[in-house]
Amino acid sequence: MKNEDNIINEVTQSEYKYGFTSNLINDDIGKGLNENIIRIISAKKEEPQWLLDYRLKAFAFWQKQTMKNWAHLKFPEINYQDIIYYSSPKPKKILESMDEVDPELRETFEKLGIPLDEQKILSGVAVDAVIDSVSVKTTFREKLAELGVIFCSFSEAVKDYPDLVKKYLSSVVPYTDNYFAALNSAVFSDGSFVYIPKGVRSPMELSSYFRINAANTGQFERTLIVADEGSYVSYLEGCTAPQRDENQLHAAVVEIYIHNDAEVKYSTVQNWYPGNKEGKGGIYNFVTKRGLCFGENSKLSWTQVETGSAITWKYPSTILKGNNSSAEFYSVAVTNNYQQADTGTKMIHIGKNTKSTIISKGISAGKSNNSYRGLVKIGKNAQNARNFSQCDSLLMGSECGAHTYPYIEIENNSAIAEHEATTSKISEDQIFYCNQRGIPTDEAIGLIVNGYAKEVLNKLPMEFAVEAQKLLQISLEGSVG
Amino acid sequence: MLIIKNLKAEINGKEILKGINLTINEGEVHAIMGPNGSGKSTLSAVIAGNENYKVTEGEIIYKGINLLELSVEERAAKGIFLGFQYPIEIPGVSMVNFIKTAVNEQRKAQGKTPLTASEFLKLMREKKDLVEIGEKLTNRSVNEGFSGGEKKKNEIFQMAMLEPKLAILDETDSGLDIDALKIVANGVNKLKRPDTSTIIITHYQRLLDFIVPDVVHILYNGRIVKTAGKELALELEEKGYDWIKNGE
Repeated sequence: MKNEDNIINEVTQSEYKYGFTSNLINDDIGKGLNENIIRIISAKKEEPQWLLDYRLKAFAFWQKQTMKNWAHLKFPEINYQDIIYYSSPKPKKILESMDEVDPELRETFEKLGIPLDEQKILSGVAVDAVIDSVSVKTTFREKLAELGVIFCSFSEAVKDYPDLVKKYLSSVVPYTDNYFAALNSAVFSDGSFVYIPKGVRSPMELSSYFRINAANTGQFERTLIVADEGSYVSYLEGCTAPQRDENQLHAAVVEIYIHNDAEVKYSTVQNWYPGNKEGKGGIYNFVTKRGLCFGENSKLSWTQVETGSAITWKYPSTILKGNNSSAEFYSVAVTNNYQQADTGTKMIHIGKNTKSTIISKGISAGKSNNSYRGLVKIGKNAQNARNFSQCDSLLMGSECGAHTYPYIEIENNSAIAEHEATTSKISEDQIFYCNQRGIPTDEAIGLIVNGYAKEVLNKLPMEFAVEAQKLLQISLEGSVG
Repeated sequence: MLIIKNLKAEINGKEILKGINLTINEGEVHAIMGPNGSGKSTLSAVIAGNENYKVTEGEIIYKGINLLELSVEERAAKGIFLGFQYPIEIPGVSMVNFIKTAVNEQRKAQGKTPLTASEFLKLMREKKDLVEIGEKLTNRSVNEGFSGGEKKKNEIFQMAMLEPKLAILDETDSGLDIDALKIVANGVNKLKRPDTSTIIITHYQRLLDFIVPDVVHILYNGRIVKTAGKELALELEEKGYDWIKNGE
């Protein structure tokens, strides 16, 4: 340990000595986490003092915390000193053709029906000049800029729009919120920033753009979306293509701030490496996602399709502060083999006439565990608040687990909260019926599972819905019979 | 079309079929009758390939191939259709989507290109008229909330869509009122071609008033104990099964 500390010190000191701002080509800072590391991260990113101060406060807070074990998850203790917290984005090795790509990955691309050009981008193969990602990005940017929509990396936003970032950062998820939010606030690497000006409807899903960007998602992502009065945006995060990453721990924070009459749709397709069939490896995904429906008549819609990660700890939540604001949470979470998911939502009703809808569909197979955990809280001033929750579980085989933990706290007599839950199994009879009609078992499972998850999949943007359907099937291949 | 030789099969270690011999030629309709528990449904499940049943002896030759070596979906793609006694519900999966997947999976296995959306819709319209099922039924989830009669009509609709060579209808008449029975029988008759064969499993003569069998078999205690022409069904209706059980 002593020796390791020395090495860390040596590395960090030497970086420090030569300054932060020069052309740093290969500048990983080594493993470990301390105040100095945070100063280095901030300096490397040329951040203003206020942001460094913010990181340091978050770090000080984090150090005093311990991870709370209320989730239905089992995993070994994480050694936070064994993680590299900063490495500059390195140009990916450019491959000459798809032939050089891992055949297993290629097969999955085929199954998902991802267009060849996109396959190339995702796996780092050089692409034709025509659809070169840079030019695509530029076109998008020009279109968005005309309308005043800001869509850039978080680091760029800190440099170019510091006032906006300063105003909204931490306004929805304070660093004191939870252990992982504190960690993220201290060490976040990069992420996305979106600002939609008053009265503007974003002319495109911010998805196509993001998918091209998706290959470089970081370990500690930070996303901030601000929808000004009367604006609308649909944002899509993630990718149906399998995402492999050396980093086991992922702790992202997403904050969404919505003003009067504005609407945000946030969709996620998460397909991180889930570990192998024996449960070895796989990503630990601890994410804090929250939206604040600050303005009157504001609206937030979460849609998530979670198929990857060894551990998923994630509760996209909404604070319904503005009167007449509303929120939806549509979720499909699949666990197979030894995957564990503890996911759900929180709907915090504060304003009058606020409405929320929760539709959660868990699918467990193999030896996995899938938990829904949700809180519906109706505050004492939330006159006429309404909630409807439906939590369904689908089990495949007899070795998996499905759990539902709904919490309902109501402080206002005029509130109406409904909760429905079902548990069902894919039966052998259903499979035999499909087989007898000529539908092979894997396709049959895909059909049944997509039927079960239809309500949620329908909420996804069209082109993603199709891929997500295939993804569900692939995630469960070979899990029956 | 189908030759079954000395077929023995068991479920959970209990022998149900105790040596079945049966030959069905192209273009023939065979009725298999018999009391409850005689093995009628087991026979149909074994021909379709249900893995809950273990074949311990004998063989099933279908169009010259050994059927026992094929998976359930391979048998289906080769033209074997089973109309279920209790059709299975699949919530959330629309009938249209289900049958489209089935048709195209079978075409894939047969080396044919999938039907285009318009070809499929045209086919579906034709076949729906044949079994007199409405638009609403095909837009609902597979068998979910269907009445008993609707479920059976839906089986015949699927059979019409898949155009099997060998159709096995397992107690398709049970739970049907006389009007529905006529519709189902009418559908089966219209689908009959010189190169297709049908096995009708039933308890009662009444279905055979509408679908006239070439051959009637009586299955009892895991064996076919009597085979004759269509008059056998009438005789059975008159005398009841005791006549068989008492060994004539």
